Parts: sequence; structure tokens; C-alpha cells
Amino acid sequence: MADPMRIRAQVAGPNATVRVLMAHEMETGQRKDSAGKTIPAWHIQQVSARHNDKTVMTAQWGPAVAKNPFLQFTIKGAKAGDKVSITWVDNKGDTRTDEATVS
Amino acid sequence: MNTRRDMLQRSAGVAALMMAAGLLPTVARAQAAGYNAAAFDTKTMADLMKALGGSAPTESKDVTITGPDIAENGAVVPLGAATTLPGVKRLALLVEKNPSILTSMFDLTDAVEPSITTRVKMGQSSNVFAVAMMNDGRVLYAQKEVKVTLGGCGG
Repeated sequence: MADPMRIRAQVAGPNATVRVLMAHEMETGQRKDSAGKTIPAWHIQQVSARHNDKTVMTAQWGPAVAKNPFLQFTIKGAKAGDKVSITWVDNKGDTRTDEATVS
Repeated sequence: MNTRRDMLQRSAGVAALMMAAGLLPTVARAQAAGYNAAAFDTKTMADLMKALGGSAPTESKDVTITGPDIAENGAVVPLGAATTLPGVKRLALLVEKNPSILTSMFDLTDAVEPSITTRVKMGQSSNVFAVAMMNDGRVLYAQKEVKVTLGGCGG
């Protein structure tokens, strides 16, 4: 699995706004399938954001983050051409990193 | 084909299951290093602060929470947390009546604005909180009520 993330980083004044759309099922571990069996939890646990190879933010997520998670934050002092990369790790140890350029 | 009717039925089913599941014991999960699993098992803000090692939270005007007054679909509720204060260590988004109160928390550095937006799931209408844990140990929060319309019929 692990489809690519969609990352958009746009300059907004002195900063850059980063919007990330990740592709993930975010199963809570609370739902049941039609046979009444609990569907095991499967969700992103950790997210980290890097700006030009410097980690600027890390996040810990529970199963209550919506399916195909959306995340928006602002990096101070980021300029056009800077690199922004996002990495997530889920509770099965699956991981994915994607990079975007600030425009 | 994915019709609107299908979508509505499915989201109603999901919401009902999420509510029923609130009574079930928490299932043990595989943990990644550095993941604070205990914090994601807490049910109240007091327990959460114990798990995170924070002080007693106080309400503050300097913290803002953004979200809809009424959410038609509890599976996707956009919530934002922000503060105007400097020296924020961590922002967290809480949903009071979810099986676990903590939805997500963000460890910030000086290189990002203390303002984040994401989408969360809500099992039912509830108060939601934005919590800011400051470098000096203060814990500030803002709250808001979000009504969830089950079944997405628009009330």
C-alpha cells in the first residue's frame, strides 16, 4: 500500500503554508466487519515534517484522525525553492516519505 | 458505482459502530518507538495530563480552536488549534466523548507557526478542545462544542 502523499507548499508572506493529504485507511480498531469480527487497528502513529533537512515538527496521532488524513501547518521563513518533506509511520511499521518544493 | 445514497448509508453505519465500540475494551496495539500509547488510552483531560506530564490545564483566550458548529459527517471533522503566544512546545486536539480523548498532538519547534489544522473522527456530538503545552510548563486550552448529525441528513 502506501500511495504517495499530496503535498502543496506555498509561500504566504514571510512564511510558507504546507498542506498535506496522506493516503491511509486509518482504521480505528473499534469497527466490526459483517461477520462481527473486530477489524484490527491500522493507523498512522507518527508524522514528521522536515524543511531543508531540518526537522521542524513531529506529531503523534491516534486512531481518531480521519481517513486519508489532512494536515496544514506553516513554516516560518521558508522561501520558494525550499524543500519540504513529510514522513509518516503507521502501527504496522509501514512508512512513507514524500518531498515537495515550496512555490 | 459510488452513489450519494451509498455514502450516506455507510457513514451512518460507521458512526453507529464507533458509538457501540466506545464500550469495548481497548485492544493492545503494536507500538512504534517514541509513541506515547498511554496518552492515547486516556478518557479525561486530567488523565491525559498525567500521561503527558503536564500541569493542570487552564482556559485561555490566547488559544483558539476552529471547527464547524455542526458536522454532518462525524467521520471527517476539520479541526484547528492555534495560539498567539510564543514558546509553545506542543499542540493537541481533544474530543471529549470519543473512546479516547486524545486525537492527535503536534510537537512544534520555533521554525513553525503554532497553528495546525487537521481532520478528525467524532463518534457523537461533543466538546472539542485545543490544548497548548508551553515551554514554561503552563497548559492552556480552548473549547468549543461540535454537533454531529448522525446519518448526514442535515438535521
